[in-house]
Amino acid sequence: MVWEVFRQERKGQAFAHAGSVEAPDAEFADWYAREEFGRRGESVALWIVPREAVHEIHEFVDELERNYHRVDGYPLKEKLKEARERALSAKSAAHFPREELEAPTQ
Amino acid sequence: MNRFDVLIPIADDELILGWRNSEWTGIAPFLEEDVAFSSIAQNEIGHARALYQLVAEELGTTADDLAFDRKPEEYRCSAFVELRFVPDWAKTIARHYLYEQADERRIRALMESDDTEVAGLAAKIDREEAYHRMHAQMWFDRLQDEPRFVEAVDELRPLVDERGEHTPEFTELWDEMTSVRRSIAGATW
Repeated sequence: MVWEVFRQERKGQAFAHAGSVEAPDAEFADWYAREEFGRRGESVALWIVPREAVHEIHEFVDELERNYHRVDGYPLKEKLKEARERALSAKSAAHFPREELEAPTQ
Repeated sequence: MNRFDVLIPIADDELILGWRNSEWTGIAPFLEEDVAFSSIAQNEIGHARALYQLVAEELGTTADDLAFDRKPEEYRCSAFVELRFVPDWAKTIARHYLYEQADERRIRALMESDDTEVAGLAAKIDREEAYHRMHAQMWFDRLQDEPRFVEAVDELRPLVDERGEHTPEFTELWDEMTSVRRSIAGATW
């Protein structure tokens, strides 16, 4: 029987999947999980869950293509790039006052 | 308290049982148990090391000298821990279970020692042994109705505290355990 193990690295943090152990019952599963994911001080707590208890889904239907629901619905990358460029040019303008830039070179 | 007389039999038991249990590394009945049992074996050897260290401080020698430089007849371990059980898992678990029970009483007594260093170490060891006892109990609960296991427990129970002649298996173990150490006498590693 396979048990999925989730570990919490620090108090208050979210549990993250750490791996799995094979064990005949919950008691053995606890012992093996402690041994493999907790004895080196790498976790403050563990969740040990029978694999059958985990539901997995893959389909996320979006028939009408309402892409504004999705994170990729917004061209955030482009907007960020533009914003960064604006910030950069504003910064260099501040470094070179107008008079200096316009002064004739001799 | 005479540290040598009190601690050496315990340290020798832990060293030799740790050694015997480590013979399962890589060949235990299944992978998770391989990791677990190897870890228990390593803990036992760690306990032996810490106990030898306390004796060594008193005698002005080192833990390594005590662990590896004595003659076979100078070891004070019981015949119970010397027996080689691979590949008999039922006997191995029967010994593990009986040993942890006996060891608990011994370590608890040490925790009451007037020698504060010894009492402190015993408390530390006991905290780790608690997990070994849990592990042994888990296996006991699982196998207690298996005839092979019941037979093994009955056979081994009378041997737990027998201390006398070493078994021939111990001489073989000693020979292998000290072979590297003896290969270049006096070498520092």
